[in-house]
Amino acid sequence: MDVKEIRNQFPILHQEVNGSPLVYLDSAATSQKPYKVIEAMEDYYRRYNSNVHRGVHTLGSLATDGYEGAREKVRSFIHAPSAREVVFTRGTTTAINTVAYSYGRANLQEGDEIVLTPMEHHSNIIPWQQAAKATGAALKYLPMKEDGTLSLEDVQNTITSNTKIVAVAHVSNVLGTINPIKEITRMAHEHGAVTVVDGAQSVPHMKVDVQELDCDFFAFSGHKMGGPTGIGVLYGKKKLLDKMEPVEFGGEMIDFVDLYDSTWKDIPWKFEGGTPVIAGAIGLGAAIDFLEDVGMENIEAHEAELAAYALERLKEVEGIHIYGPQKRAALVTFNVDDVHPHDAATVLDAEGIAVRAGHHCAQPLMKWLDVVATARASFYVYNTKEDIDALTDGLIKTKEYFGDVFA
Amino acid sequence: MSSHSNLDTLYRQVIMDHYKNPRNKGDLEGETLHVNMNNPTCGDRIQLQLKVEDDTISDAKFVGEGCSISLSSASMMTEAVKGRSVEEALDMSNIFSEMMQGRDYDDEKYDLGDIEALQGVTKFPARIKCATLAWKAMEKGLDGEEQDETN
Repeated sequence: MDVKEIRNQFPILHQEVNGSPLVYLDSAATSQKPYKVIEAMEDYYRRYNSNVHRGVHTLGSLATDGYEGAREKVRSFIHAPSAREVVFTRGTTTAINTVAYSYGRANLQEGDEIVLTPMEHHSNIIPWQQAAKATGAALKYLPMKEDGTLSLEDVQNTITSNTKIVAVAHVSNVLGTINPIKEITRMAHEHGAVTVVDGAQSVPHMKVDVQELDCDFFAFSGHKMGGPTGIGVLYGKKKLLDKMEPVEFGGEMIDFVDLYDSTWKDIPWKFEGGTPVIAGAIGLGAAIDFLEDVGMENIEAHEAELAAYALERLKEVEGIHIYGPQKRAALVTFNVDDVHPHDAATVLDAEGIAVRAGHHCAQPLMKWLDVVATARASFYVYNTKEDIDALTDGLIKTKEYFGDVFA
Repeated sequence: MSSHSNLDTLYRQVIMDHYKNPRNKGDLEGETLHVNMNNPTCGDRIQLQLKVEDDTISDAKFVGEGCSISLSSASMMTEAVKGRSVEEALDMSNIFSEMMQGRDYDDEKYDLGDIEALQGVTKFPARIKCATLAWKAMEKGLDGEEQDETN
């Protein structure tokens, strides 16, 4: 894999920020976009912008082909059995909310349990809190080991015959922990529960096969994998999606409409009310083309190397605390003694280095870690060891800059 | 560091001094007004405690967690409003808000003292919310919204 060649495909990376070359280390928040994606969306708007699914005219057919073609690309990318099991959403949040609202409200009742982990993003916590409030079901959190990983024994002991839903992140956006979805799903299924997997941080970075995982629902976002914002995916097993009621009603999702009653289209369209995010879906399809050209195995290997290198280099910074396990996805969350993460991020930004600082939409996890906020550097296909060197140097300078404050 | 001088406009000595040695940090005794304020996007939080007697802020303290800018600003704000009338304190808050938005502000009406060191924050838009957190808490408390009196 030629990273230099890959970087050339991302126009945004070739600029200076505050007088230094941009070092973009915030891809877990949102990734940058390659020419291929930008051009595919521009091509749609310039050449065949039209509404989908109903145009008899030529442009309408081209737009429908583009939109449905993107669905097929997603199917193949996550190895779903059928494109009908791929629902386009606004993003991971909307995908999880759809499951919590539709499947959750219909299948939960008092006495039931929803099992979660303490490392969930707010978008895989709050929809379940709301579903629990609405149905009388209870939330139950898996314990987490000291290093921020789950133990299968704990999973086995936590999931019971009362468990109806197990909602878990594939990869933690803070700790980088890669959770054993296949095993968790097997345990959930033994008790008749379904799994809802937040794949926002896994799909962009590793080969995901939903059939191998055997999960029931899987959600992810386009913008974290080189695609545009505003488009995401809910994968769900056909037998479950078929029985679920839509969450939004209106145009595009109907079969017949009468004055007092209506019927819905089949899956996936019954979940896609209103004119969909056509350009977004086409952009996501182009992002998948890009990732497949590079090769997910190559991306995974490159990022594993970056993660290991980052752990090694960052330990050189005096007073650094790194959170999460040794074996991790391509991100490092940390704090530096006596320097608040906002201050660290501001000093790094002055050097052109973009990192995230705050609670990363995971306040319960911050509490578990016993910190108010952390800084996070996250990597993608276009990052290099030089980026990590720049981060390390930047943090050493940050320490020096704030050094005498608490001396 | 290539952009030290730029950073120095943000992290002025006086700010770092307030950060390291916050004034009025701790709990007030007796009947006080408690206001909690968070910055939900970043996790900063402060609890401001005000003692208001005869329409005058006779004492002010705060506890909280946050970055150098939010905590130093809280320290400066409590110093500035102590002994001021409620009206004056709210007026100062407006002046501070103008300053944070990079607008012209009246720098003669009150002795703003250390507070003017925070002017550099305007060049760092992402940090303006840090600087205004404590002032917003004070406004919320004095406007009489969601205040709870405790003993």
